[in-house]
Amino acid sequence: MKHLITAAGLLLATGAMAEETPVLTIYTYDSFASEWGPGPALEQAFEADCACDLQFVTAGDGAALLSRLRLEGDATKADIVLGLDTNLTAAARDTGLFAPHGVSADYALPVAWNDPDFVPFDWGYFAFIGNQGDPAPTTFRDLADSDRRILIQDPRSSTPGLGLLLWVKQAYGDEAPAIWEALSDNIVTVTPGWSEAYGMFLEGEGDLVLSYTTSPAYHIIAEEDASKVALPFEEGHYMQIEVAGLVAGSDKADLAKSFLAFLVSDAAQSVIPTTNWMYPAVEPSAGLPEGFDMLITPAKPLLIAPEDVPATRDAALEEWRNALSQ
Amino acid sequence: MLRLGGAAALLVAALILAPLAAVLWRAGGAGWPGPADWAALRFTLLQASLSAILSAAFAIPVARALARRRFAGRAALITLMGAPFILPVIVAIAGLLTIFGRNGLVNSALEALGLPPIDIFGLHGVLLAHVFFNLPLAVRLLLEGWRAIPAEHFRLAAQLDLPPATIFRTLEWPMLRARLPGICAVIFAICLSSFATVLILGGGPAATNVELAIYQAFTFDFDLGRAAVLSALQLVIVAAAAVLALILAGNGTAAPGLDRLVQRWDGAGGLRLWDAAVLTLAAAFVALPIALVLGRGAASVLSLPVSIWMAAGVSLLVALASAAISVLLALALALPRRRRFEAVGLMTLAASPLVLGTGLFLLIRPFTFPGNHVLAITALVNAAMALPFVLRSLSPEIRQIEATYGRLSDSLGLGGWHRFRWLLLPRLRRPLGFATGLAAALSMGDLGVIALFPPPEAATLPLEIYRLLGAYRTEAAAGASLILTALSFGLFLLFDRMGRHADT
Amino acid sequence: MLTLDGLRLTQGGFSLTADWTLPKGARLALIGPSGAGKSTLLAGIAGFLAPLHGRVTWDGTDLTGVPPGKRPVAMLFQDGNLLPHLTLAQNVGLGLRPDLRLTSDDRETVSSALARVGLAGLDARRPAALSGGQQSRAALARVLVMRRPILLLDEPFAALGPALRAEMLDLVSAVLGETGATLLMVTHEPEDAARITDLISVVASGRAERPVPTQEALDNPGPELGAYLGR
Repeated sequence: MKHLITAAGLLLATGAMAEETPVLTIYTYDSFASEWGPGPALEQAFEADCACDLQFVTAGDGAALLSRLRLEGDATKADIVLGLDTNLTAAARDTGLFAPHGVSADYALPVAWNDPDFVPFDWGYFAFIGNQGDPAPTTFRDLADSDRRILIQDPRSSTPGLGLLLWVKQAYGDEAPAIWEALSDNIVTVTPGWSEAYGMFLEGEGDLVLSYTTSPAYHIIAEEDASKVALPFEEGHYMQIEVAGLVAGSDKADLAKSFLAFLVSDAAQSVIPTTNWMYPAVEPSAGLPEGFDMLITPAKPLLIAPEDVPATRDAALEEWRNALSQ
Repeated sequence: MLRLGGAAALLVAALILAPLAAVLWRAGGAGWPGPADWAALRFTLLQASLSAILSAAFAIPVARALARRRFAGRAALITLMGAPFILPVIVAIAGLLTIFGRNGLVNSALEALGLPPIDIFGLHGVLLAHVFFNLPLAVRLLLEGWRAIPAEHFRLAAQLDLPPATIFRTLEWPMLRARLPGICAVIFAICLSSFATVLILGGGPAATNVELAIYQAFTFDFDLGRAAVLSALQLVIVAAAAVLALILAGNGTAAPGLDRLVQRWDGAGGLRLWDAAVLTLAAAFVALPIALVLGRGAASVLSLPVSIWMAAGVSLLVALASAAISVLLALALALPRRRRFEAVGLMTLAASPLVLGTGLFLLIRPFTFPGNHVLAITALVNAAMALPFVLRSLSPEIRQIEATYGRLSDSLGLGGWHRFRWLLLPRLRRPLGFATGLAAALSMGDLGVIALFPPPEAATLPLEIYRLLGAYRTEAAAGASLILTALSFGLFLLFDRMGRHADT
Repeated sequence: MLTLDGLRLTQGGFSLTADWTLPKGARLALIGPSGAGKSTLLAGIAGFLAPLHGRVTWDGTDLTGVPPGKRPVAMLFQDGNLLPHLTLAQNVGLGLRPDLRLTSDDRETVSSALARVGLAGLDARRPAALSGGQQSRAALARVLVMRRPILLLDEPFAALGPALRAEMLDLVSAVLGETGATLLMVTHEPEDAARITDLISVVASGRAERPVPTQEALDNPGPELGAYLGR
């Protein structure tokens, strides 16, 4: 009986505490919040100062994240949505669920950034990854003419897959369908997600896999293996910029804004490179981790303006499907 | 019993249809599928039909050989037959690639012989994988059919010195005719909703599936109406397949026999060699990919992070809960012996996980946050997904028992619970063990709806494996896959043994 | 008194009528060619087949709609009379209590019934370990404990040899002597009928005829029975 009372008292006490501590709810994609992603470190660092409880609610990936938000609409519990990218921001803005963030920083992005609704927190270039010493085509045409076997992802279900679609479209415009047709005999298969393609590449199922220029950094830093390299393409490389946004309906706007400011601060940005394996949006004061200096830096960044993505995307998808379905 | 069955059928139907209705309601109306969606549907129908026919066709010689041979290791081989079906998809595909992939055993052998390599990617690759997954299931279900042919009949056949062809025509074909349509329908439905296998091995956007079309409608176009219509279309197709199968299956049940071990006298000489070859090939086809994949994971098992072991515990609990729900539902649906109840149970296979998950999300969201109950939801949905297999293995047995002992029990006034306790339960031990093991293992290995609401903590093992893969940790993922496979198989083995030790 | 009141049974296009009564304690043989409907009649009385017309009554009580297990009827089938996964004691015990919650008195009753049919001490055996004759005895032990006023036999001993069959019929006769039950028995053998029944009903041409004394009928068969007996 005594124990019961003690237990009840403890429960009440924690209940009361929970009431006092404001909860900041962040919707993000699964791998960001998982044990291997930046989430846990960011949570710990932010909670140290904020007197708040930071909670992640996750969806499969950036696209699923946006769908979840659209499903919930105004009723969403989210204070912040973290993990959309520039291919999704136009649709995200159209929901009317986001409010200006008021955060500014000295961004180390290859393109100018002045979006009032979304704060960039990391970025990268899409690239084909291969093995050191293997033949390395330098353009899509080269690749199509070569016997290199490539593993790519489906643009309808994968962020890199969509990135590749827009990359070819941005680089080749009306000639994109011809490029896809020429590439079709190089394509081993089109996987639903990044993990399957990358895993099959590591097993030797293909010579090249679509990923990021930063992917070799993982092998260099975590596995001390420098045999994986990204192939520089002369057309330039399409970019992915990942962003976070403030939800307009949030009743903790101040707390949310302080998190967004924290997100581009040194404390958070220094965590990103070796957890999300992307470039930080703001160069950390200590510089990039060792190993990132061995990565290629594309001469020509490619990016379709966010507001043009929806129309371009649908047309490009149709071309892609027709070219590869024959 | 009829009321219980009706309630279970209603529950299952509600679990499938209510989320669909919720999505339609949220969409504010239906959306019409586009040409790409129809292409996806056509390919899905093609690959699912071919997969079902091939799996069932190859299963006949294997099950027949297993049924008429007694040899050391036979029990182990039968158990092994359960393995591919319960393997997590991503593990199984990795296993198949170690055999048929670019650097796989087959191509290495071809290269050594100076022959051109084979390419696993394309429709044939999809079919190969589906046969790998479903052939063993078909074998197990057919073997139950062979067991149900009374020993007395084979004795009669031996006495009359009937040639194998005649035995096949008179004893085995009626059983096959009754069971094959149901088996084909189940495999057809499984392959209809096969997602990762088709996309990974399909080789390009021509090999696609309705589920991807649904995914596209959902996340790419945010066209909920179209997603719901596609999902309903998939349900209708499976319903049609189920009804067709039940009509074709007829009411054939064999005459009663005593519980004698079926001893077989047929099939000496050349047939013996044929059976040996069939069984060796089947065993290699099933065992090699699994063994190779497990071998790869062995190195990293001991260095796995704690969270993997915790996830393994969570998965075990979810699997046990899911198996219990599934078996209870299946019993409720099968005991009244009404085809329409069983047809409802078959439908769950066709429910799109994405629509199901989203619909449940929409239904639950006004009351509580779905993420808080993700494990319970996962257990329930996994139970529903396993329901068709549990039903398929229980329902023919229940009919058989009732055909044999129904009148005796009626005349004794053996009804309700007592009939279940003293007549059905003891005679259902074997299929119950098999079905429970199957349901538990399927739940264990299935990523399921948890991928839609991945909880930052308390994840299941398949989700953790996807997370590891997504974070470049291929080695650890291989280790975790080994654990997942061992646990899935262990659960299956445990329950299957419990059911089988009743007779040998 | 068992009354078949304008009874008409149909099964798969085949139809059988019967309209007669059988006094309590009577022992009736149903005899006639295969497929004439002997088993159909038993199924109708046991409640497995609902009559198209007419009704079955017992002591004035209409049995229409009464489920098989609630009828005053014990029945032995051609085969499958024992559940293979249960022991003999349990198989017999089902006749006492379908929930098998047997008291020590019940178990005593079961054991003595088994002993009565010559299976003393085999309580824990399973049917597969018994000979055909022993299985029949075990089934009879259950009939004994059920104490139902009507016993229907659908050729349960057809598979046994003449000597064994005679032995079983004598055992049935003894059981009936103890329980006072009314017997309806399907048979193909005139000598079986003569052995333990006092009445005979010829089943032929879609009709179960009014019972007549067995010996009389066998001595002076009518055209139907004569044809059946080959005389």
